Formats: sequence, C-alpha cells, structure tokens
Amino acid sequence: MFPDENGYYGEFGGRFVPETLIPALDELSAAYGKYREDPGFLSRLSGLERDYSGRPTPLYHAQMLTKYCGGAQVYLKREDLAHTGAHKINNALGQGLLAEAMGKRRIIAETGAGQHGVATAAVCSMLGQHCIVYMGEEDVQRQSLNVFRMKLMGAEVRPVSSGSKTLKDAINEAIRDWVSNVSDSYYLIGSVVGPHPYPLMVRDFQSVIGRESRLQVVEKCGRLPDYIVACVGGGSNAMGIFHPFIQDNGVALIGVEAGGCGVPTGKHAATLAAGRTGVLHGARSYLLQDDGGQVLETHSISAGLDYPGVGPEHSYYRDRRRVKYVTAGDEEALEAFQLLSKLEGILPALESSHALAHAIKLAREMDKSNLIVVNLSGRGDKDVHVVAGALGVEL
Amino acid sequence: MSRISEVFRNKKHKALIAYITAGYPDVEATVQAALTLAESGCDIIELGIPFSDPMADGLTIQHSSHLALLNGVTTETCFEIAGRIRNRSDVPLVFMTYLNPVMSNGVESFCADCAATAVDGLIIPDLPPGELPELDSSAKKHGVDTIYFVAPNSSGERIRLVARRSSGFIYMVSVIGVTGVRDGFSTGLGDVISKVRQVTDIPLCIGFGVAAPQQAAEAVALADGVIIGSRIIQLMEKEGPPYRELGEFIKQVRTSIDGAGA
Repeated sequence: MFPDENGYYGEFGGRFVPETLIPALDELSAAYGKYREDPGFLSRLSGLERDYSGRPTPLYHAQMLTKYCGGAQVYLKREDLAHTGAHKINNALGQGLLAEAMGKRRIIAETGAGQHGVATAAVCSMLGQHCIVYMGEEDVQRQSLNVFRMKLMGAEVRPVSSGSKTLKDAINEAIRDWVSNVSDSYYLIGSVVGPHPYPLMVRDFQSVIGRESRLQVVEKCGRLPDYIVACVGGGSNAMGIFHPFIQDNGVALIGVEAGGCGVPTGKHAATLAAGRTGVLHGARSYLLQDDGGQVLETHSISAGLDYPGVGPEHSYYRDRRRVKYVTAGDEEALEAFQLLSKLEGILPALESSHALAHAIKLAREMDKSNLIVVNLSGRGDKDVHVVAGALGVEL
Repeated sequence: MSRISEVFRNKKHKALIAYITAGYPDVEATVQAALTLAESGCDIIELGIPFSDPMADGLTIQHSSHLALLNGVTTETCFEIAGRIRNRSDVPLVFMTYLNPVMSNGVESFCADCAATAVDGLIIPDLPPGELPELDSSAKKHGVDTIYFVAPNSSGERIRLVARRSSGFIYMVSVIGVTGVRDGFSTGLGDVISKVRQVTDIPLCIGFGVAAPQQAAEAVALADGVIIGSRIIQLMEKEGPPYRELGEFIKQVRTSIDGAGA
C-alpha cells in the first residue's frame, strides 16, 4: 500500500521542506503512526464524527436528476449535510484531535474559499485550541461571510498580501508561520497535499466518505457502483471517496478538475490535464507552471478548486490510469448548480457542481441499470453571491 | 579544491557571504551590486534565482524576488548574470533557489550549466539532504558544491546526513524561522554547532537574521563564516549602482569579523 516509508506514491510525494520542519514532520509521523491505531483515539474520533459532524452523511438517490438525465441512476453522497457544510470537517476533526493528543494548542491553517478555515475554526473552538487562519487578501474580499463565520468561532484570520493573494500564497504564509513557531504549533493542512505524512493523514481522515458510501450503496443497490465522480482541487474529497474503492477494478473513478474558461485559454486550474511534474508546498506532484518552473496563477469560478497543485496520490493514480481525470468549466458548473437546485432542492457547492456537471453527461450516455455515485462535497449557500453575479442578478 | 573550499583554506580568515536577488532591481544593477560586494570584502556571493513561491523567505526577499519576476527574470537570465559577474571577478558564486526552477530545467542540465558558467555551488532551502539523490550526483559530477542546512532543532541523525551530503560549506540556520533581519540567534545555537563540529570538518556558516557588523562578529566567533541577505536587499532598496553605501556597510562588517577572528 502507498505511500512507502518515505512518503512516496511512485515518484510523487516526499518531503520537500526547509530543514527546520524535518523534526516537526518526524514528530508528526511518529504521533500519527501511534494514534491511527489507538483504540481510544479512534473511538473519540468516531464519536465526534457522529455527534458533532453528523455522520454518517446520507447517500441519496436523486430520482428527479436521474429522470432528467434519462440514463444511469445518480446517487449523491451528501457531504453538504456535514457540520459546517462540507467534507472539510472530517479532516479538521481528525487532525484537531491529533494536535490535542500531541499537546499542541496553537493551530495554524490556510484556507481558500474558507470552508477548511471554517471547519478548523469550529473544531478548535470545540477543543479549546487557539486557531490562526491564513487567507489570501483576494479571498478575504470574495468570501467575507466565511471570514466572519471564522471570527465568530474565535479564530484569528490573517489576510495574506504576497504573490497572487490566493490559496497558494496562504499556504506559503502558513508554512512560514509553522517554520517560525514549530515547537508549539500544529499546521492543520486542508487537503491531500503538502509534505509526508499530510497526504496520507488527510486521505485517512477523509476516507470515512468512501467507507460509508460503500456500505450504503451495497445496502441500497446490492452492489458496487459503476462510477464514482468527485471534483479535484487539492483533491481531498475525491481521495476520501475514491480510496476505499481503489482495489475494486470494476468501479471506475473519475476526478473532475476546474476547466475554468477552457484549458486552451490558460485560465483554468486543471493541474492533471495541463501540468507537469514539479515541487510545490512540500511534495512532488503535477503542477501548473511555466517553462522556467514558476508556478502559474489559476482561475476557476470555484475558489476551492483554484489551486495550481494537486495531491501526490492523485498524480500517481493519473499516471497509473487507475483514476480518469477530466475537466468541467465555469459555465458547465454554473449550469449543474442551477439544475440540482431546481430539480432536487439542493444547492451544491460550486466545487461539487463540477463533479455533477460531468456526472450528468455520463449518466445520459448510460442505461438505467448503471449506477453513478457523485460526491456532493459541500453545500452551495456560500456560493450564492458568486452565482448571482455570474447570472447577472443583483441581490 | 573547489573555489568555495579555497575561501576556507586559511582557518583564521572568516568568510563573509552576501545574498542578492538576481534581477533585482534589474539585471545591470545585480551585476554592479555583486562587483561592489566582492570588492568590499565579500568572499562568496549568493545569487538568488527568484521563485514565485519562496516559502523559506521573509518579507524582504519575497519582495525582491517578486519584483525580479515582474522584471521578466528567468533562470536563463540568472545564468547570464552569473556569467557577467564571472567575466569581471573570481569571487565564488553560489545559486540560491527553490527546487522547482532547478527541476524544471532538468537537474543534470542545470548542474552542467552551473559548471559551464563557473557557478560553484547550490543552496536549495526546500530540498532537505537525501530527498533528491540525483541532484547530489549531478552536482558532484560537474564539480558543483551542494550546501545543505542544519537548523537549531536538527537531531544528531540529521546532522550526520547533512554532513555526508554537503560540500563547500554547511549552512547553519541561526534561528527557528524564515530569512529576515533579526536581533539575535537561537539559544542553544552553540550546542548545535558543537554537535556539527563533532561529525565533520566541513566549514560552517551562520545565516538568517544577521544584519549588523557586531552580530556578524558574534557569528564568526561560533563558526567559519557568516551570511547576510535581507539586510543587503534593504540597503539596495535605498540606493542605486554603484552601491557606495552598501560597499561601506560590507567594509564595516569585514572589519568587524576580522577583528573578531584575530
């Protein structure tokens, strides 16, 4: 099973960080190695997943959407119903408990759209930890509601004005903080990215999505699905639902990246479609970069997918062709957003709308005996302003 | 013996190493600044290849790197700058950059280009020793020194690894943190340095946060050399070529560390 002992998934992964962080990563690996099999830790985690996050989240047979597509049966894994409105809480809870077990009371996090920041702020509040969230200045402007939510829960939000003032710069700043305060601080990274052991830990904490889905789909349909579709920015919700199905070769796994205005325009965030191998934020993986190795700025209507890197395990599955990665653009995501709202009364996050857009296309080409599970990774209330703006509606 | 090792041959002479960002404020000025630094008493010039995401750097070097990139500086530009400095000075040159521009270029061809341009060493803060063995072998093949970091919190095992993989000198990080001007060093720095001394005789140079002549003198009392970065960029923000005040500052630092070593 991947990763190997050095944190590699084939050629991807590793620990590309300043030497000052190596002792912290060693300490983290040792602690995680101990607690991931500790019955007390695991029972506390699953108790809070149930009572605090509201798990298990339902697997919903979207009959109106299914009827509309006129093909495969479409099921939605309702991560939008988890506490704080997205799958991000799964990882925040797991790592928050790990930080507590390690005796670290100062928690650093980065956030793009704000979902991981909100989830981390919630968990820190509940565990009595001091929470500092780095957020690009652009994102602070775009997502003022989430900034306020974090502050209400007691987090300190620090705007980041370097570079492109978005998620990647927030991660740089969080890493700088961690390098400077490494003895008493825990860096609670929000996706399956970063140096080993983060991609492994975040995958493990998010795999609850796939484990539940597996039980639920077998219970409801008596078999495994034909397709699982999830959106990929850094890739945590996708890895979470894919990983428990990796050995099931009959289950096709599809990751949907943000096509933005179209891959040929250069205004997109489709790392696995248009990137090449590089090193950013501590790991070797596919990366959107120019000819000289400078990291490119990205574009997506969905802030949560607007990131030039991707988790190393996704890069591995791409090259091994275990997961197929495709793109959906801004327009397609907007359409899917409206469609699900109208047909099912569910506002999906714009991130998840990318997965939906592809699933709808796929469902149409299949017949009604086929099964598709879509990871509805978050709810779309946070995106209503963006959607209204894109549709030319004044609120 | 490499051009860098020559600097440390006389144990009594403490090395003064200066960092500048290639292409900041522009290409011509970088060459001028390097020559001023060399003439004023610097033993080694660290030439920063700017990177879009400099996670080990504080605000000053983030800013100079950002401006250099806005100027259109590429890795090729940095090799040109190195070549122009080399045409006019024998001062040892070290590239300091992040791993991605090096990998993007191809590790082997990057090292070959370093050798062809007479760039003597590489400092890559997001590459811990052992993480990319092909870089060590390419660098060795082309006679380019690999300078790795020891941090104040490094374990004995890490120190041994750094010592095994380093050549030229070892970069001793003075504080837990990123680059940038500061007042003092980490407590316990002396202890880490003695641990390093027990396992290797590769020269040890202290950097991160060194800003004043007196601080430089304190550094060389503990080590074989001192590295100044952000302070130099700050001085460059205030004047243009030929960088007279920068030259004066370096002379003061030189005097201060020569006094400390005597």
